[in-house]
Amino acid sequence: MRMITTEKINETIYNALDEINQLLPGEKKIQKTEGEILYGSGSRLDSLGMVNLIVAVEQRIQDELGQSIDLTDEKALSQKNSPFLTVKTLSDYIASLLNN
Amino acid sequence: MKDKKVILITGTSKGIGKYLAEYYCSKGHTVTGCSRKESEIKNENYSHFSLDVTDEEKVKELFLHIRKNQPGLDVLINNAGIASMNHVMLTPLETVKKILGTNFTGTFLFCREAAKLMRKNNSGRIINFSSVASDLAVEGEAIYASSKSAVVTFTKVLSKELSSMGITVNSIGITPVNTDLIKNVPAGKIDNLLEMLTIKRLAELEDISNVTDFLIREESRFITGQNINLGGV
Repeated sequence: MRMITTEKINETIYNALDEINQLLPGEKKIQKTEGEILYGSGSRLDSLGMVNLIVAVEQRIQDELGQSIDLTDEKALSQKNSPFLTVKTLSDYIASLLNN
Repeated sequence: MKDKKVILITGTSKGIGKYLAEYYCSKGHTVTGCSRKESEIKNENYSHFSLDVTDEEKVKELFLHIRKNQPGLDVLINNAGIASMNHVMLTPLETVKKILGTNFTGTFLFCREAAKLMRKNNSGRIINFSSVASDLAVEGEAIYASSKSAVVTFTKVLSKELSSMGITVNSIGITPVNTDLIKNVPAGKIDNLLEMLTIKRLAELEDISNVTDFLIREESRFITGQNINLGGV
C-alpha cells in the first residue's frame, strides 16, 4: 500500500481545524502548526471542541485519504502519552495507523 | 429543518419500522432503512441496507453511504428491537446478550454515528424506542424491560451531550402493538399488560407516527431528553 506522507496527514488535520475554527471566536481559533497544543494545559479547545475535532479528522481521512480509522479505540486511549496532545502527536499517531 | 427530510429508520423489514418507512416515504421524505432481512418496501424514496444493527463495520458503511449521497441526516428513528419473555431463572445468557445487543448496543451505535453526521448541520432529531414494560416492571420481561431502561437513560444523557449541536434526543415508550414482536406472547400476558395501562388497548401504528411526527416538527426543537410513554403509565 502507498505510504501516506506526513505533509498529506497534516493537510488533512488542518482542513479539519478550518472546519472547527468556523465555530470558534477569534481568540480561540486553533493555529495550523505542528506545535499547536490540542489537549490538556494550554489547549484552546474545550472538551466538546475536542470531540468535534476528532470526528472531523476521522471523516476527512475517510474523504480525502480514502481510509477508515478509529481515533478513539482502546489502543489510542491506552497510549502512555496521549496522541491528542499536539497537532504533531496526532499526525504521528494517524501515520502509525495508516501506514502499519 | 427542511420540509423534505433525510430519515434513517432501523428495523424496517416488518412491523412498526416498515410502517414508519412507508409512511415517511409517502410524505416525500428520503428514507434509508435497515434490517437483517431484505426489504419488501418498493418506493423510489426508499433505500435499504441488510445488516445486523450490532455490526459496527456494516453500520459505519451505511452512514458513509448517507454521508456520500445525502446532504446530511435530519432524523434517526431507532426502532429495531427484539423481545423475549421468560422467568429470570430460565433465561439463557445468550438470550440476554442478543436482547441487550439489538436493543441497547444497536441504539448506541446508530446514535453515535448519526450524531457525527448531524453535528455538521447543527440540527437533528434522534428518536429511540423504549417500552412501557420498563416503568411497569412486568414480570417475565426482566431482560427486555432492562434493555429499554438502558435506552431511556442513554437518551437522557445523550440529549445533554448533543444539545449544543442543535440535536434533540427523545424516546417513545411503546405499548404492545399488533406486530411480530408480540406474536409469540400468550394473549393472557398481553391482556395483563394492557390492564396496567391508563388506556387499555393495543397501540395502533398511527399512535406511534403521531408522536414521531410531533418530535420531528421544527416547533419541537425545545423538547429533548424526554421519554413519552404511550397509553399512559
